[in-house]
Amino acid sequence: MSAGLSALDTFPKLLLQHAKVRADLPAMREKHLGIWQTWTWKEVADEVRALACGLAAAGFKRGEHLAIVGDNRPRLYAAMCAAQCLGGIPVPMYQDAVAAEMAFPIQNAEIAFAVAEDQEQVDKLLEILPNCPALKRIYYDDPRGMRHYAQPQLTAYDKLLEEGREALRRDPAFLEAEIAKGSGADTAAMFFTSGTTGSPKGVVLTHHALIDRASAAAELEGLNERDVVLAYLPPAWIGQNVFSYAQPFVTGYCICCPESAETMMTDMREIGPTYYFAPPRVLEALLTQVSIRMEDAGALKRTLYRYFMDLAQRVGGAILEGRPAGFANWLLYRLGDLCVYGPLRNVLGMSRVRLAYTAGEAIGPDLFRFYRSIGINLKQLYGSTETSVFVCIQPNGQVKADTVGPAVRGVELKFTPQRELLIRSPGLFKEYYKNPQATIEAKDAEGWFHTGDAGYVGEDGHLRIIDRVKDVGKLIDATLFAPKYIENKLKFFPYVNEAVVFGDGRDRVCAFVNIDAEAVGNWAEKKNLSYSGYTDLASRDEVYALVRECVEKMNADLALEPELANSQIHRFLILHKMLDADDGELTRTRKVRRGAIAEKYHELVAALYDGRQTVHIEAQVKYEDGRIGTLSADLKVRDAQTFGAAQVQKAA
Amino acid sequence: MSARAHPVGEVVLSVENVSLSFGGVKALQGITFDVREHEVRAIIGPNGAGKSSMLNVINGVYHPQQGTIKLRGREFHDMNSHEAAKMGIARTFQNIALFKGMSVLDNIMTGRNLKMRCNFLQQALWIGPARREEMAHRRAVEEVIDFMEIQHIRKTPVGKLAYGLQKRVELARALAAEPTLLLLDEPMAGMNLEEKQDMCRFVLDVNDHFGTTIVLIEHDMGVVMDISDRVVVLDYGKKIGDGTPDQIRTNQAVIDAYLGVAH
Repeated sequence: MSAGLSALDTFPKLLLQHAKVRADLPAMREKHLGIWQTWTWKEVADEVRALACGLAAAGFKRGEHLAIVGDNRPRLYAAMCAAQCLGGIPVPMYQDAVAAEMAFPIQNAEIAFAVAEDQEQVDKLLEILPNCPALKRIYYDDPRGMRHYAQPQLTAYDKLLEEGREALRRDPAFLEAEIAKGSGADTAAMFFTSGTTGSPKGVVLTHHALIDRASAAAELEGLNERDVVLAYLPPAWIGQNVFSYAQPFVTGYCICCPESAETMMTDMREIGPTYYFAPPRVLEALLTQVSIRMEDAGALKRTLYRYFMDLAQRVGGAILEGRPAGFANWLLYRLGDLCVYGPLRNVLGMSRVRLAYTAGEAIGPDLFRFYRSIGINLKQLYGSTETSVFVCIQPNGQVKADTVGPAVRGVELKFTPQRELLIRSPGLFKEYYKNPQATIEAKDAEGWFHTGDAGYVGEDGHLRIIDRVKDVGKLIDATLFAPKYIENKLKFFPYVNEAVVFGDGRDRVCAFVNIDAEAVGNWAEKKNLSYSGYTDLASRDEVYALVRECVEKMNADLALEPELANSQIHRFLILHKMLDADDGELTRTRKVRRGAIAEKYHELVAALYDGRQTVHIEAQVKYEDGRIGTLSADLKVRDAQTFGAAQVQKAA
Repeated sequence: MSARAHPVGEVVLSVENVSLSFGGVKALQGITFDVREHEVRAIIGPNGAGKSSMLNVINGVYHPQQGTIKLRGREFHDMNSHEAAKMGIARTFQNIALFKGMSVLDNIMTGRNLKMRCNFLQQALWIGPARREEMAHRRAVEEVIDFMEIQHIRKTPVGKLAYGLQKRVELARALAAEPTLLLLDEPMAGMNLEEKQDMCRFVLDVNDHFGTTIVLIEHDMGVVMDISDRVVVLDYGKKIGDGTPDQIRTNQAVIDAYLGVAH
């Protein structure tokens, strides 16, 4: 960084800089009453100044926390910055969290001030008010439905703004001084991590950490003030916050807030973002929509689509990366771009996307290649709340389906003997709030952050994540067993909805499979296979054959990976019911609870390993209305072929 | 609940001794009741009691053989729909009456029809005043869309929407006319519990926010008792009860009409 830039070491300072150098360029857009309204950088800065003065007048002090509860709204982002102007710490919270989940962060950080989006969020805050005596001021943005609320804690955002403008007029020098007091080492924001075990933890991030990571990624990708981003994921999630707050503040690009979650697709088509971020599940949902609509299209369109998608599969990736693909192919691809890929990108709202990221969980290679093949520069990255997101990014031209790319500038990677990934980077968090024990466990004396992820760096310098360290085990012959990696590989087949593999401490790997009711149902319909329901479908020999094909394809793949060749699946069974969070088989975020499943279905696990061909199961199921019933079924257990594991192992 | 933003006021509509028959069928016989400003007034009754006929009389679809209707001091022997709309009455229908092929936005825009001043030529040519007018109306429509929370279907053809949403669009169109008196014919019929709750909220919000007087017909007793200020009960074209929900709940004639009695 140059000397001039290093003075801009906090977000408020960056904002004032933008208000000077690109005063009239758009900073934020929001659709209001059907029309996109633009806030320029100057307008945002004016709003933030007034808000900060209003908060100061209301008694908001340096070092205090400000809860921000709501969706992506320019005014909520302005409130984040206003708190930072005063040396305060914004704490964004998930807008879809239930009231009880909000109590912990508010109590933990002794939050006295909150800015809420609307009545819904205010109601939740009021509900927990008796448990959070420190909470004394709640500002609400949208006054709709608030007329009857008489609680003394409540104030309209507009009123706060008005008081702030008044205070600013009286003493314009105050705020300048407050902003000047801030430094890069100050805490910029606190994000609560979901916490699969125990209470959530507040991750404390400094201005320096966020600004450094945001600019490292921006430099790598050449982001600039002409870029446009649609802010549609929860702002309490670090990913969205970096894309819609830290990075625009660093580079000066414009963020757009959709009207509502339901209008997201329409809004995206209207705005045409150039920079896009989506977790795999969003990309998958989009592709499913496209596929279903293509199934319903006329014969000509279907044929065209199929022909050009085949072509794209073969050469699209190469053309996107500028590798040679043959002149004839290039010409055909251009034609396809005209008839299929271009219109398709347009429907997806991705016509102008020049950079797209996916992260958060493993993405299926087919899904990943689909987007790349139609000319969308989709790449993977690796990061977490504790690392201010950017740890690894795939650079243009080095994009692979199974890696998350090499380390970004400034990041050091290291592995423990247990293969746990350790990270040292300027973007690391300062601490877990009021939790020194957890801080020491996660961040050692030399400043290495223990991610809990197991992985390795390949010869190409790219990081590959295999699993969570605590889930990685060993087969009886001491070779690596990474269940999630195998489950993900299996789940990438459209017919497989969920998989649970067993093998830790055993001689071979076996699996439970949940078929995808929709995909297999469709397949059965085309085969004229009639069935009465999920359980019936799941027990058909034809379906077993179908799943076996998937398993064997994956085994062949695994045989080529020396580390994991022994993890090929020898036997599998298809479960008679979908795994369900209500039955304690999945977590609420739909992660497999392997231990609970193994215990509940111990009889089935035993059958996988003792060579039986069928096994009888009786299981309790909880219906959505709370009733409990029993399902009984005879499940078949089938063998799958494994491939040359032994030879490959010797060769390695 | 704290004090209402628009407290119930004077009588704005009174129906006096209205009778309506179709040939030999006596749909309404000597019905008398009134509606006060800013109140939510429900008309209930078993099937065929004459509820929809009553609503149709109020907004001028049917012309009663006998009786008078007094609206804001003006006395009518019968209303005419156009006149009724001009005097601030808007309504929704039991069987949704929207333009199925038109978008939600265009449907709601038709609710603004009476408020458009430009002539056909000006509108066709899209010249100054017509353009300004349309922009003003579009804004009003967008406010209704925002109020009814139907932004996501703004451009969807109405025919493609689920039933519950169509009902919401119909209410939105009625609201676009900025009525002072809103007639709702079974706004919650055929809805699931969640849709009903939403609709109740919208009806109460309309009443609270705009101060609109609301007359509604509804079958769901829970809904009626929860949201109405006063209820009038019809049975076989006759009025058998009139009063607050609590009074109606204990009215023997009403209980008999609903549960049946041995004759």
